[in-house]
Amino acid sequence: MFKAARILFGIMVVSFLIAPLLVILPLGFTDSIFLSYPIPGFSWRWFHELFTADAWRRSIINSLIVGSGTTILATVLGTLAALGLRDRLVPFSGFFKTAFLLPMVVPAVVLGVGMQILFVKLGVAYTYPGVIIAHTVLAIPFVVVNVSASLDGIDRRIERAAASLGAPPHVVFQKVTLPLAIPGVLSGAVFAFATSLDEVVLTLFVAGPNQRTLARQMFSTIRENISPAIASAAFLFITGTIILALITVYVRSQTQRSARRPN
Amino acid sequence: MSDPYILFQNVSKSFGPLTVIKDLDLAIDKGEFVSLLGPSGSGKTTILMMLAGFENPTSGAVIVGGQHVEKLPPHKRNMGVVFQSYALFPHMTVAENVAFPLNMRGVAKPDSAARVQRALDMVQLGAYKERKPSQLSGGQQQRVALARALVFEPAVVLMDEPLGALDKQLREQMQLDIRDLHKRLGLTIVFVTHDQSEALTMSDRIAVFNHGKIEQIGKPSDIYDHPKTRFVAEFIGETNLVEGTITKVGKDRTTITLKQGGKLVVDTRPGLEAGAAATISIRPERIHFDRTAERENDFPGTVLDRVYHGDHIRVVLETRDQRFIVKTDRRMAVLDEGDKASASFTANACWVVG
Repeated sequence: MFKAARILFGIMVVSFLIAPLLVILPLGFTDSIFLSYPIPGFSWRWFHELFTADAWRRSIINSLIVGSGTTILATVLGTLAALGLRDRLVPFSGFFKTAFLLPMVVPAVVLGVGMQILFVKLGVAYTYPGVIIAHTVLAIPFVVVNVSASLDGIDRRIERAAASLGAPPHVVFQKVTLPLAIPGVLSGAVFAFATSLDEVVLTLFVAGPNQRTLARQMFSTIRENISPAIASAAFLFITGTIILALITVYVRSQTQRSARRPN
Repeated sequence: MSDPYILFQNVSKSFGPLTVIKDLDLAIDKGEFVSLLGPSGSGKTTILMMLAGFENPTSGAVIVGGQHVEKLPPHKRNMGVVFQSYALFPHMTVAENVAFPLNMRGVAKPDSAARVQRALDMVQLGAYKERKPSQLSGGQQQRVALARALVFEPAVVLMDEPLGALDKQLREQMQLDIRDLHKRLGLTIVFVTHDQSEALTMSDRIAVFNHGKIEQIGKPSDIYDHPKTRFVAEFIGETNLVEGTITKVGKDRTTITLKQGGKLVVDTRPGLEAGAAATISIRPERIHFDRTAERENDFPGTVLDRVYHGDHIRVVLETRDQRFIVKTDRRMAVLDEGDKASASFTANACWVVG
C-alpha cells in the first residue's frame, strides 16, 4: 500500500516536472501560425524562421557570444575562487564561501536594478561585456559549488605524495590537482553556459537592443505575437541542455571510474 | 662512530594550544630501519610529517645529512613517502605514477623507462604498467606506491602505516618484502605503525611513543624483553604485570613481596633497592605449568579460562596473589576450567619495569 503510494507520488512529481516540456516541444513542428493545439500538420517552417528571420538569428548568435563569454569568465573566476576557499588563502573564507553563493538567492530583479545603475556609471551598460559580466555574476555560484565539490573529493595525501616526490607547488597543481578537479570544472562550465542561456531578468536590465539574447527574444515574442517560433526555440534550448547534461554525466562517470578503488 | 644521518634536537610541535611533540631527541643512522610505534595520537605521525616537510617544528632542529631542514619545502627534501592510503595518482597509469618523481628530476625518457621497469619488477608488478591504480588490488596499489617512493633513490624512505589497510596475510607478506628491500638496497627507513608485531619483525630499532615523548628506544628484543616502563611493557605484546615491594636485594637474586604476601624472585640488577615499590613484567609465554628445580617462582591456583588458539593455548590462572595469563603449548590441552594448576617461571623471566 505504502509502496504503491510512493510510486504514484514519484510518477506525479516527474510528470509535473516534465509535462510542460512535453507540451511545448511538438508545437515547434506545427505548420500553423498559432501556438496552440491541435497541430494541423508537420513542418520545419518555424525552425526555418528561427535561422532566417533577422531578429531570431541575431538573438541566437548573441546567446552564443554571451554564453561563451560567461562560461569562460565564470569558469576561470569560479575555479580560482574555489581553489582559494579550499586552501583558506584569505581570512573569513567561511564567510566568503557563503558570499559567493549569494547571487543564487538574491532576487534577480534587485540585482538587475543595481547592475543597471552601476553599469551605466561604468559605461558598460548595453554592451556585450556588460551582459557577460551580469551573467557571470549569476553563473559563478554554480562553478564554485561544482569545483569545490570536486576539490573536496581529492585526497590531500595525493598532493602531499606529489610534493614529496619532488613536485613544487605549481607542478602539483598542474599535474595532480587540476586534472582531478576537471570534472567539477567542466560541469561548472556547463552550468554557467546553461545559466547564461536562459537568463532573462538581468538581460532585460543591462542588455540593449544589440545584445538581445535568445531567451530575451522569446520573452518579448510571447508578449508581442506568440509565434510558434518560440516553441522551436524552446526545442533547441531543451535538446541543447540535454546534450550538455549528458556530456557532464559521461565525464563524471569516466573520472569516477578511474578514481574508484576496488577495496 | 659517524654522525647520525637524521637528527631531531629538542624538537617540539604544537597545534594551537595542543602540544603534540615535547622536547624530542632522536638520532637515526644511515641504512637503519627505525619504527616509530605508539597508539594513535602519540605524535609518531607528526614526526614523520616533520621529516617529510609537511609540518614545521614549533621549536628545535631537524637535521638530515648534516643540513638543517626545518624550513625546507617537501619537494626539495628528496624523501620517498609511502602513505597508508597509497596516495597514487588516480588519473595516471602505474608506469606514469612511478615515472612521476623521475620526470620531476628531469631524467631522460629512455633512462626513466628503464628505471620504472626495474622498480616495478622489484615489487613484482612489471606486467601491470599500463593499468590504472583503480584496476589494482590494495596490496598491488601499495606496491606501486612503494616502487614510486624508491625509484628515485631517495635519501630516506618514510612510511606512514603503509600496511594498515591491507588484510593480515598480505600485510605479513609485505612486511617481509619491505624488510628484504631494506636489506638489499641499504635504505634508511622511518616506519610509523601502531602494530607492535609489525615493528618487532621489521625494525633495527623501535622508538615507543606515548603522549609525544619517546618512552623507550632500542632493539626489538630489548624493547620486548626489557621494557623500561609500564606503558612499554603493556603496549608491546601481552604481559603480566605484578606489583609489590622489594624486600631483599641479594647478590644474584632479589625478592619482591606481593600485596597478598606471595614472594617473587627476580634477577638482581643495579638500581633495585630494598623498600622500593616495583612493577614486574612477566611474558605469558615464559610461564609454565610443570614445575622444575630451576624455576624459582611458583604460584598455585585455579584455571579460570582456557582459549584454544591453534598454535598455542591461552590460559588464565587465578592465584591468591595475582591473575596470570599463560601462553602454553598444546600439550597442556588437558587443562580445563576449574582445574588446579601452578604457574612456574624462572627469576630470569621476570623484568622489573619500575
